[in-house]
Amino acid sequence: MSSLSSMRLWGMIRKESLQILRDPSSIAIAFVMPVVLLFLFGYGVSLDAKHIPVGIVIEQPDTATQSLAGAFERSEFFRPLHFDAIQSAQQALDERKIEGIVWLRNNFSASLLAGHEAPIGVIINGVDSNQANITQGYIQGTWLAWLEHYAASRGQPLAMPVSLQQRVWFNAALSSQLFLVPGLIAIIMTLIGSLLTAMVVAREWERGTMEALMVTPLRKSELLIGKLAPYFILGMGGMLFSVALAVWQFGVPLRGSFWLLLVSSALFMLVALAIGLLISIVSKNQFMAGQLAIIVTFLPAFILSGFLFDINSMPGWTQVITYLVPARYFVAIVQTLFLAGDVWPVLLANMAALFIMLLFFFSLVWRKFRKRLD
Amino acid sequence: MAFRLIFALAIKEFLALLRDKRSRFVIIVPPIVQLLVFSFAATYDINNVPVAIYNEDGSEAARELVSRIEGSPNFQVIAYIDRDSDVAPLIDNREVLLVLHIGQRFSANLIQGRSAPLQAIVDGRNSNTAMIAMNYLRSIVLDYNRNWLAAQGQGGSQVNLQTRAWYNENLQSRWFIVPGIVALLTLVVTLLVTALSVAREREAGTFDQLLVTPLRPLEILIGKAIPGIVIGLLEATLIIVLMVILFDIPLRGSLGALYLGIVLFLLSAVGVGLMISAIAATQQQAVLGAFLFLVPAVILSGFSTPIANMPQLVQWLTYLNPLRYFLIIVRGVALEGNSYALLINQYWPMVVIASITLTLAGWLFRRRMY
Repeated sequence: MSSLSSMRLWGMIRKESLQILRDPSSIAIAFVMPVVLLFLFGYGVSLDAKHIPVGIVIEQPDTATQSLAGAFERSEFFRPLHFDAIQSAQQALDERKIEGIVWLRNNFSASLLAGHEAPIGVIINGVDSNQANITQGYIQGTWLAWLEHYAASRGQPLAMPVSLQQRVWFNAALSSQLFLVPGLIAIIMTLIGSLLTAMVVAREWERGTMEALMVTPLRKSELLIGKLAPYFILGMGGMLFSVALAVWQFGVPLRGSFWLLLVSSALFMLVALAIGLLISIVSKNQFMAGQLAIIVTFLPAFILSGFLFDINSMPGWTQVITYLVPARYFVAIVQTLFLAGDVWPVLLANMAALFIMLLFFFSLVWRKFRKRLD
Repeated sequence: MAFRLIFALAIKEFLALLRDKRSRFVIIVPPIVQLLVFSFAATYDINNVPVAIYNEDGSEAARELVSRIEGSPNFQVIAYIDRDSDVAPLIDNREVLLVLHIGQRFSANLIQGRSAPLQAIVDGRNSNTAMIAMNYLRSIVLDYNRNWLAAQGQGGSQVNLQTRAWYNENLQSRWFIVPGIVALLTLVVTLLVTALSVAREREAGTFDQLLVTPLRPLEILIGKAIPGIVIGLLEATLIIVLMVILFDIPLRGSLGALYLGIVLFLLSAVGVGLMISAIAATQQQAVLGAFLFLVPAVILSGFSTPIANMPQLVQWLTYLNPLRYFLIIVRGVALEGNSYALLINQYWPMVVIASITLTLAGWLFRRRMY
């Protein structure tokens, strides 16, 4: 590295930058793709259920059943449809017109007054298990609130002696958008850093322009830095753009330090670039590079990073694999920096992991990248 | 229409596809990787939620509540703390998702018949996990309350919810995800095979040779569509078999209804693939085009998150997406035991989509030819 010539290096960076500027598709990937992806995921992926259609079956209407039905009517989580008989409600469930049924049998009020067991039947369409869990929770919540109210109005002892009070930190409304949008920045940076770089550099191998570079007096270090610098800048530009959209368009709070975000993003960007470069060296053609980049970087970043699916809930061996996914560390960093703030233990541990990956992948690139033809 | 010629072209397409190393790779490797990764890792099931207990009340009642948490398979108590200042670091550092705080006057309140608050402090960074963990906690508290009331001999109103889930009785997310993968992989493979077919010939320069044969444009189009449909059918069948054997997911409905759905879906997918193929000049562009279609198609389909949660405008957009209808068919047949009658509203939109995309593909094809 001692003889790193700034003139040669500068020339190389200039050539690469011109190449990017002349090829509008790279610019498009860096700036148009973040917008499209953020809007698509920001608005298209939501785990917040509201106005869930539920069927309320009341076999014998009276004041008690009416007040319970009223509780469902008033809740913003439900859009109740009324049925007289369970059969017609079950048919509606089969036809996917409703997601669940709350079934008050004809002896409900009588049993309630007499102090007997007064069960309420709940049937939920379980196909989408996560949605079913959430719906079940909302039904339980609505019913509990009604029960408290009902017992109090009749001067009965507390129906619920222990009352659960939840205090949610960092995301008080439990909005899934606040949870997903920061992680999305990691996905977008993976796409720019690995997919774009892998394909563009593979194109040079395919077209033979890499050979042309090899016969120049450029050193290996200069060649690598010159290749990576423009993509690094492009990727960081895409990152800043995504952060701006997250804060101003989606209203995600940035509670941590912006500079820490910048430093950790730079670290992750370098890891992504190193992997992209490595893929291009291994595959040497655009098609393989594209496929490999999707399988090795994009899919794991999507599924194994904790961006959407909880890592703690995965089977043991899958959890082990997630430690090999750089996006895992960066997703933890951005989720914490955006929603929680500068939590040093989380940030340091994950940045250290990224740094180790950076060293590992760069040493691999250094060994695999040869200035000669095989 | 010369069926013999179309047949010959279809055979040639198959041979070209299977001989090309790259095409073989696309058909075989990504589907297997995706099936395994998605099926094992993509889970919304929450278990072993790490919790910390902050118990300031040494009474029997409080201990009983703590032991219920300890005994639950959904929770794993990893810390017991006794100071307010211990709460923040545990949650901030993501060591626990939830801190359960039992105040000093918990049992005193309980015995005097007053409301005894139980405070749960939750990390909301992952909103979904937080919400489901709270649901589990609520069930435990509910159970505890019922026991307490019974033990105190306070009858009150004995109301309880008896919840049953239909179709996916144990609410396993794998039952939701894996049938979705049948649809996803069928789409990916069919789209790539057809999108690459014309582009490959253009790149190799053999497309001109095809043009000077007696085949008419429409016949070329059909010949190019057949391999996509056949490979899509095989791929779908393979994944359905794996779904039933490897992942123990039932197939409760009518197989005929499922295959009618598969054929209609394949026709729509082939239409889109051929459109991309007709526009793209190189394989590179064809892959990019397929990717540009796939990402929104998957996200706006109900594959991983419900369509009903999307904003109204986006919900309207999903009506254009063939994957939306096919996902309902696969899940409907596999889990809900549906047959033709309940799926009719999923069939006809795909017929419309297929006719439009295939017509457009034919039109683009003819325009790009001359």
